[in-house]
Parts: sequence; C-alpha cells; structure tokens
Amino acid sequence: MSRIRTSSLFHPRHPSELNALNESKALVDDLNRRKVLRGALTLGALTLLSGCDVSEEPSVQNALRAVSSWNDAVQGAIFRSNHLAPTFSPSQVVKPPRFNAYYDIEDVRPIDGATWKLELAGLIKDKRPWTAQEIYGLPEQELIIRHICVEGWDYIGQWSGPNLRAFLTRIGADLTAKYVYFICNDDFIESIDMASALHPQTILATKYAGELIADPFGYPLRLRTAIKLGYKNAKWIRAIEVTNTFRETFWSKQGENWFAGI
Amino acid sequence: MILRNRTLGAALAPAARAIQEALKSRSHVSHRLHNDSGISFRSMATVKSTTRKERRLHPLGVRIMHWINAVAIFIMIGSGWRIYNDDVLFGWLRFPDFLVIGRWAQYGLQWHFFGMWVFVINGLVYLTYGIASGRFRQKLFPISLREIIATIGDALRLHLSHEDLTVYNAVQKMLYLGVMLVGIFIVITGLCLWKPVQFSELASLFGNFQIIRLIHFLCMSAIVAFVAVHVMLALLVPQSLIAMLTGGPTVADTLAAEVGATPAEIDGQDRSNPAKR
Repeated sequence: MSRIRTSSLFHPRHPSELNALNESKALVDDLNRRKVLRGALTLGALTLLSGCDVSEEPSVQNALRAVSSWNDAVQGAIFRSNHLAPTFSPSQVVKPPRFNAYYDIEDVRPIDGATWKLELAGLIKDKRPWTAQEIYGLPEQELIIRHICVEGWDYIGQWSGPNLRAFLTRIGADLTAKYVYFICNDDFIESIDMASALHPQTILATKYAGELIADPFGYPLRLRTAIKLGYKNAKWIRAIEVTNTFRETFWSKQGENWFAGI
Repeated sequence: MILRNRTLGAALAPAARAIQEALKSRSHVSHRLHNDSGISFRSMATVKSTTRKERRLHPLGVRIMHWINAVAIFIMIGSGWRIYNDDVLFGWLRFPDFLVIGRWAQYGLQWHFFGMWVFVINGLVYLTYGIASGRFRQKLFPISLREIIATIGDALRLHLSHEDLTVYNAVQKMLYLGVMLVGIFIVITGLCLWKPVQFSELASLFGNFQIIRLIHFLCMSAIVAFVAVHVMLALLVPQSLIAMLTGGPTVADTLAAEVGATPAEIDGQDRSNPAKR
C-alpha cells in the first residue's frame, strides 16, 4: 500500500481519467469515420508512438487485440490443469491483503451480508440462490498463495472458502461449458475459462487469514484462484453464470488480456 | 583492423602458425579454389560452405533479421518501460511518458505481448541460422581473453581500425556473444514472469517473482547499454551501418577468408619475431 501510486487504471488518481480515455476514444472513432486517420500506421506515425498514442488508433488496437486473443488461445493450450501453484507458510502471509480495484479503497461500497444472496444463472440445474450462512456451511479449502498483479507487485495471502469445482458440481453446473462469469456488486464483471474454474486451487473465498474477508477485499464472497492475475479474481460477487457464450469483461473491454493466466 | 596492430600480431602469430600447420597436415583434403573475383584461398574440401560462390558480408537473410530484431527490441523496451512504470522497482527511476510505448498500461502490455512473438520467433530463426550456417563459428570464434585485453587496450589508445568490416575484433565478438546470451536470458525470465505458475519449475531456479522481475530488468539494462554502444559505433563508422543495409563488402567465403588471409597478414606484419626476418 505504501508503493507509489501510478497512472494505472488499477489505481487511478482521479476518476476522471477513465472519462478522459473514453472521450479520446470517441474522438479517435469520430476522426476515423471521416477517414482522416486511415493509413496512419506509417513509420512516421510509429516514431510518435508515445506522444500521440498510436495504440488507440482503431486499426492498431484491433491488431493488438487480435494478438491478445491469440495469446488467450496459447495460454489455454499450455495450461496444465493439474499443475499446482507454489504454496507458502502462514508466517509469510501479508495482513491485511493489498487492495486492488478500478477505484480507490474509500470508494468501496460494502455489502450487507444479512440480506446478500448469491444468484446463479446459465447452465446450472439448481439455480436456488445461496445466503452467506449457507455458503459458510460448505466445506472449506485454504490456499496460501501468491497474488500477482499485472502491474508487477505481488504478496502472499491466506484465503479460504468452498472449492469452486466442488461448488459447481454441487449446484449441477454444466462442467463442459466454456466459461464461468462472475457478476459483482460494483458493476464489475469478470470471467474465467472452465479449465481454470475446475483447477484444484480455485476457490470462492469467504475468509482471509482465518477471519471473514473485510469489505475492501470482497466481503462476503470473492473468487481466489492461484492461476490467474489479480484482476481476474472478482470481488463482492453477487451472481455466478455458467455459459458457452463469450462476452467482454470489465478489464478485457479496457484492452487487458482476457485469459490472464499465470 | 586489429590484426594490423603490431603487438596483437605478435600475440596472434603462434596461433596463426598453428592454423597453417593444421592446414598443411590436412593437405590431402585441401585444394585451392579460385572464385569469381580471382582471389585464391585455401579451403577444406570437407567444409561444404567453401563450395559456394562469393557472398556478401551480411547476407540478405541476416539483414532482414537484424532490422526485424531492431524493431522488436524497440517495441519490447518501450512497452517494457510502460509496464515497469506501473510498479517501479526503484523509487528513483520512472521512465518519462515520452519514452514509453502506450499511454495506458494495457497498451504497453498489448505491445509487449505482441513484440515478444516477433522477438522470439525472429531470434530463434537467427540463432538456428547462425549455428547451422557456421556464421557464429566463423565470425565470433575463437575468442580469447588475451585478445580481448589487447583489443580493449587498442580501443583505449584509439588504435582500432575499421578498414575491414568482415572480421570482428575480440571486443565485438564478446559483445555480440554477450548480447545474444542476455537475449536468451531475458526471454527465459520473461517466460517466468508471464507464467510463474505454469513454468513454476523454471521460475524456482531464479527465486521469487520480484527477483525474476529484477533479473528481467537487468537484462533489459544490458541490452540498452549494448544498443547505445552499437548505435554509437555504427554512426561513427557509417560503412558498417550501410553494410547492414546493402550487404556490405563481398566476401569469397567467410571461413576461407579467415584461414586463408589471416596468417598471411600476420606474417606480413609480424616484425617482432626475429625468426621471421
């Protein structure tokens, strides 16, 4: 938490930065419609990469995202479904965990655990919603694993809660479906591939270091998987959907890699 | 060219004579060839490449790979600096925005994970070519500590000559070999950063995630230092830059040129050895 805050979307200094991004995107789109920027990818434009970011030029962005999709496929292909991530001892655990979201910690909207329910949708037989107490009654699995943020920082955390594979099996989810989506309380949506959802080190975490997860870190329920970058670990989950239909997620819309495996 | 230096000529004379002896002893498989330019040179019949006709110092394939690599390194470093800025390793070091590729972190990441394919595929083709064709063996070996020290001495006294682009001096050999090793290392550490769990066995050889980041960063620093020297020298000796565009001087055959021309040159320059007078 003591690190220098940067201009990253993960730690925006001012919320308006996102608006600025969206505004300039609209401007570029508009210019593109008038075909002003067509063919702008010249060597000359490349030398201006940083000044006027050519990355945002639609044809360049499309090409880069096509490579990112290709990288999704490569990551799926090299994924070792039973290979376990390194685990650590309780003495290495950092308390409290490090905050990460697309807004600052003061802007977290806490969930009332008494009225909260986990909704289920998609290719699931038993879509009965779950209360927090019902989830606490499920068998728990503990993971002491490294959280790696796409920004480059990491810490070791101690998470526990029901194993996702066991939970998906219990609710009669179609385990041959392609994706598991997590719809969150903060209008955040993330998804992971089914192979990663079924990995033995993927859990629905309810506790950190033996205590209920505190509000900023996803109370009452969050995803914690040892095989994805931090931003894939959805917090404040309010619904889980199993589906074969891909749709862009919060971060993939921003241009982050969707698979984001580690 | 370094071999014209008296001191170094003396230092190399024994080695050169040994090469000549070795060639004589293999004369039953040796014959003399004449290439189109009329230059005669020795060749070992057992070496396939000597049957080729004249070629350029930098064949077209090498030039294409060199410039693809230049673009890939430009992309990897610029985008790497953008990624670095999101979580700096050193509080005193942030790369200014005008030097980084990608206004937003995710654009830096997109460029980095695009550039990696270009860098790795081009690099693998280059290394395979360099080893299989014998180019590395011809251009970069042998390399001796003695020669390196002598060349550094020459460089410090500004005695290095660049009349002959076709033979690399010991410092060049060391730098080219070194930057290739660093290039291999930066790819390996990059893989460990990209997939610290999938490649956890590999990653565990280096240490924890931040140590791997640091090694990856140091490899980048070494490459940046190499590029700075490389570009500076290319600008100081423009014919070397032109050679990487046009192919440079014609060489009959690099291996043959080396074993054929070097001993003669040394003999001609070796005035420090009384036995030769």
